[in-house]
Amino acid sequence: MTALGKLFRTTAFKLSVAFLVLFSVGAGLVLASVGARVKEVLDEQIEQTVDAEIRALSEQYTQGGIRQLTDAVERRVRAPGGSLYLLTTQAGDVIVGNIDPPRFVPIEKDELVETIYQRRGEPEIAPHPALLRLFLIPGGFRLLIGHDIEDHQVLRDILRNALGVSLFWLVLVGVFGGLFVSYRMIERVDIMSASARRIMAGDMNERLAVSGSGDELDRLAENFNAMLARIAELMAGLREVSDNIAHDLKTPLTRMRNRAESALRPGDHPEKQKDALVAIIDEADDLIAVFNALLMIARAEAGYSTDNLVVCDAGAVVGDMAEMYEPVAEEQGITLALESETGLMVTGNRELLGQAVVNLIDNALKYGRSEKDPRIVVSARRAGDRIEIAVADHGPGVSAADRQRLTGRFVRLENSRSQPGSGLGLSMAAAIARLHQGSLRIEDNNPGLRVTLSLPAASKNSQSLKPYEE
Amino acid sequence: MRILIIEDDREASDYLVKAFREQGHVADHADDGLSGYAAAREGDYDVLIVDRMLPKMDGLSLISSLREQKVATPVLILSALGQVDDRVKGLRAGGDDYLPKPYAFSELLARAEALARRRVGPRGEETHYRVGDLELDRLSHEVRVGGQEIMLQPREFRLLEYLMKNAGQVVTRTMLLENVWDYHFDPQTNVIDVHISRLRSKIDKGRETPLLHTIRGAGYMIRDSAR
Repeated sequence: MTALGKLFRTTAFKLSVAFLVLFSVGAGLVLASVGARVKEVLDEQIEQTVDAEIRALSEQYTQGGIRQLTDAVERRVRAPGGSLYLLTTQAGDVIVGNIDPPRFVPIEKDELVETIYQRRGEPEIAPHPALLRLFLIPGGFRLLIGHDIEDHQVLRDILRNALGVSLFWLVLVGVFGGLFVSYRMIERVDIMSASARRIMAGDMNERLAVSGSGDELDRLAENFNAMLARIAELMAGLREVSDNIAHDLKTPLTRMRNRAESALRPGDHPEKQKDALVAIIDEADDLIAVFNALLMIARAEAGYSTDNLVVCDAGAVVGDMAEMYEPVAEEQGITLALESETGLMVTGNRELLGQAVVNLIDNALKYGRSEKDPRIVVSARRAGDRIEIAVADHGPGVSAADRQRLTGRFVRLENSRSQPGSGLGLSMAAAIARLHQGSLRIEDNNPGLRVTLSLPAASKNSQSLKPYEE
Repeated sequence: MRILIIEDDREASDYLVKAFREQGHVADHADDGLSGYAAAREGDYDVLIVDRMLPKMDGLSLISSLREQKVATPVLILSALGQVDDRVKGLRAGGDDYLPKPYAFSELLARAEALARRRVGPRGEETHYRVGDLELDRLSHEVRVGGQEIMLQPREFRLLEYLMKNAGQVVTRTMLLENVWDYHFDPQTNVIDVHISRLRSKIDKGRETPLLHTIRGAGYMIRDSAR
């Protein structure tokens, strides 16, 4: 596409042309109607003059017959001006007048008729337009009275000229204006396209240019820039996750491989080889668990099938999990206290809720140890229209900055590295909360950490469905 | 026990057939849904092990069709999809148990045996279990060791009840979690072990040969080894 062709093809140019046509038609209509109105006014004026003349002359005739009429006409003929007179006998012989009897348009009726005339004594080549009216005088005389309308023609020509000139300028300004606007438009769109191409080529820091005029292109560019920022953010997140996955999955895979190699080493004790194989299976199981957790988080974040959510009792789930973990805590010298009500109905999946609660309790047991106050409080209560499930420990707690990033995938704080774990527990709990249209809050428990799963309570009139497992 | 394995991955099915035969079971296999369906209708099997994704006829349709034809053989579904709703779909289609891939063979074996037992001996209907000098009455909720009543927590009672129902057979940790607690996720810790050791301290206290055994790499078994 040539540069000019591109210019003609723009929406701006097409719009300019459309408006140009519209304005031209409009200008034509305005000038035509002005012309028509002007002619009407002038014709009316002539008619009135002619009427007045006829009245005056017919009075002359009544007073002094044909002689006085002839005198009066003769006086008027001598006076300069555009008025035209012709008095003839019935046979057509001229008595007095300043025009020749009109040849081309015979005037028979008693009304103003547009015609052309020839002044008496002028060469034949100069006919003029006129409005003439026939007046029949008793006695067979015919009087033609009228007015030259040469100046009407002049006026019409002026208007026609004006139309031509205005159309010329309209088209000129329109075409060049349209081209200019199109050019500006193309220039900006080309700049944007170039930016888009650079972004496609991988430069995620590139942004569309914003002129600052706040026009529609600017608004579009701003929205695209916001979208690009979001995409960049997601990509950074993805990159971080894939880096983490690479690290957190490759490490155990390497360990597994090393163990398998050492099991194959000749001359090793069979018992040792068996131990190595058992260790490999354990390692594989851990990896599978990490995969399952990642898949679960991914599915929860992709929206999951929320039609599998039914009304269930969050209090009962919390009770089950606390009961399940109570002996584990006791074995570690920790008291697991349950503060829960029943009948805390939420629309959810009890398996997933159970998994989230287990993750929170597991974290509290692993990282919330305290010699002074070895107590973990698991609670479920109603708070307005929400159900809040909280697990609070009295351990060392987590700094405010670290609390921010705890729900990220594979995030493991420095002092937790000594404990086994994948760093997925809290991000899974957060994903489960999101799946239930809820949220996960991580707060300071002064001392210790309190993690709260806040879920919307099921509305009272929603039916209490039986969990599908039964 | 007679087992039919319907699985299109040849390596996996060969491994399973071999492993089941080593355990003294009769195992056949089918490569696709249609031949599996035909074999399941004709052969007299105790358990069907069905992969969810099969050529020609997928696992869930196969199970639904069998159930429509009044074939009541217990079915264990194997699936690479381990999510909660996939499990529910499998059970709704008429499956009796669901095991996500990858699985441990010991887990599959324990579950297949539990399914087959359910078919052969309706031991679940019994009201009184006895293993050695350990007695459990399902109606009165009483547990006696050597005639002496011992007190158990409700959950400990259900744990012992399930173990005794499957006496002499291995039950895995996830089987316990599913049947005693009714949750289907892996808690990732030694939760079950702690509950078992609590129970053990109550029923095997001072006993020379314990009744409750830990089967390494598989799970637990209650058994009167004195006999």
